[in-house]
Amino acid sequence: MGRVVVEVMPKPEILDPQGKAVVGALPRLGFTQFSGVRQGKRFELEVDGEVTPEILAAAQEAAATLLSNPVIEDVVSVTDASAEVTDAAVNA
Amino acid sequence: MSATQPTPAVATPGIGGARIGVITFPGTLDDRDAARAVRLAGAEAVSLWHADASLQDVDAVVLPGGFSYGDYLRAGAISRFAPAMAAVVDAAKGGMPVLGICNGFQVLTEAHLLPGSMVKNDHLHFVCREQAMIVENAHTAWTNEFRRGQRITIPLKNQDGQFVADERTLDELEGEGRVVFRYDGWNPNGSRRDIAGITNDRGNVVGLMPHPEHAVEAGFGPASEEGPRSGVDGLTFFTSVLSSLVHA
Repeated sequence: MGRVVVEVMPKPEILDPQGKAVVGALPRLGFTQFSGVRQGKRFELEVDGEVTPEILAAAQEAAATLLSNPVIEDVVSVTDASAEVTDAAVNA
Repeated sequence: MSATQPTPAVATPGIGGARIGVITFPGTLDDRDAARAVRLAGAEAVSLWHADASLQDVDAVVLPGGFSYGDYLRAGAISRFAPAMAAVVDAAKGGMPVLGICNGFQVLTEAHLLPGSMVKNDHLHFVCREQAMIVENAHTAWTNEFRRGQRITIPLKNQDGQFVADERTLDELEGEGRVVFRYDGWNPNGSRRDIAGITNDRGNVVGLMPHPEHAVEAGFGPASEEGPRSGVDGLTFFTSVLSSLVHA
């Protein structure tokens, strides 16, 4: 089984209210090292067979049309993560 | 709720036969209120289903508020691809009046009928209040019975209500008079430039976060100078569209 991972982040110029809330909470737990947090999304797209270049291209298209809104978000990566699936199976 | 429809309290003369569709998506909350507002304005409300590609020859469409698909992915993002929305996009490009309220506004931005997008409120809380705003454009299909500069009050209730767009888009909206409503007194969600609602270049598509359909009948609306719950500023959205259909 293959897997494509798509990562989406809020655009740098868009204030990220969720990230702001998280950075406010960190020092209360003693994590004073972090001056900023931005919160994004990770999508794991499963495919039955291998991740072919065609499947990767389709994932890129899905990332641009549905998984992200270009007004407020950037697609930062679309990667073949099939190896992660194999590793997990080995560890299990 | 009773199955019988309330008798229209206000009838606009000369609009006999106007049919206004109200689309229900999975997770829509305010479709019945929107249909009731349509009837109170004196038109026929037509229930439309998101999975149906036909708009049943309606004269205008309302995308009501709610949490379609639970706001999963992004507010309005999944509804945007509903079969009914393809028909709405076509009809809107042909000039049919379309009003998006709250989640409906979010669907319109996801469908690229209106620019910008909505993100989580800057204070991160759900907000529910009687919201004052100023009418900045009284020439759209949905606002032609307001006066420019008029202060109106209708309910606002949302979590992802912060309107955002890049500076160039905001300047364009301002320059072309496409900011229809601006929050007055307090910006309840951090929206850029206090924008509460916008329109397309043709003025037939309007989206806003506050809810006109909840301020259409005395006794059930927000407070006004007339007393508690007497506010009916929202009704003017629906009488405006009937007026624009008559003059179309």
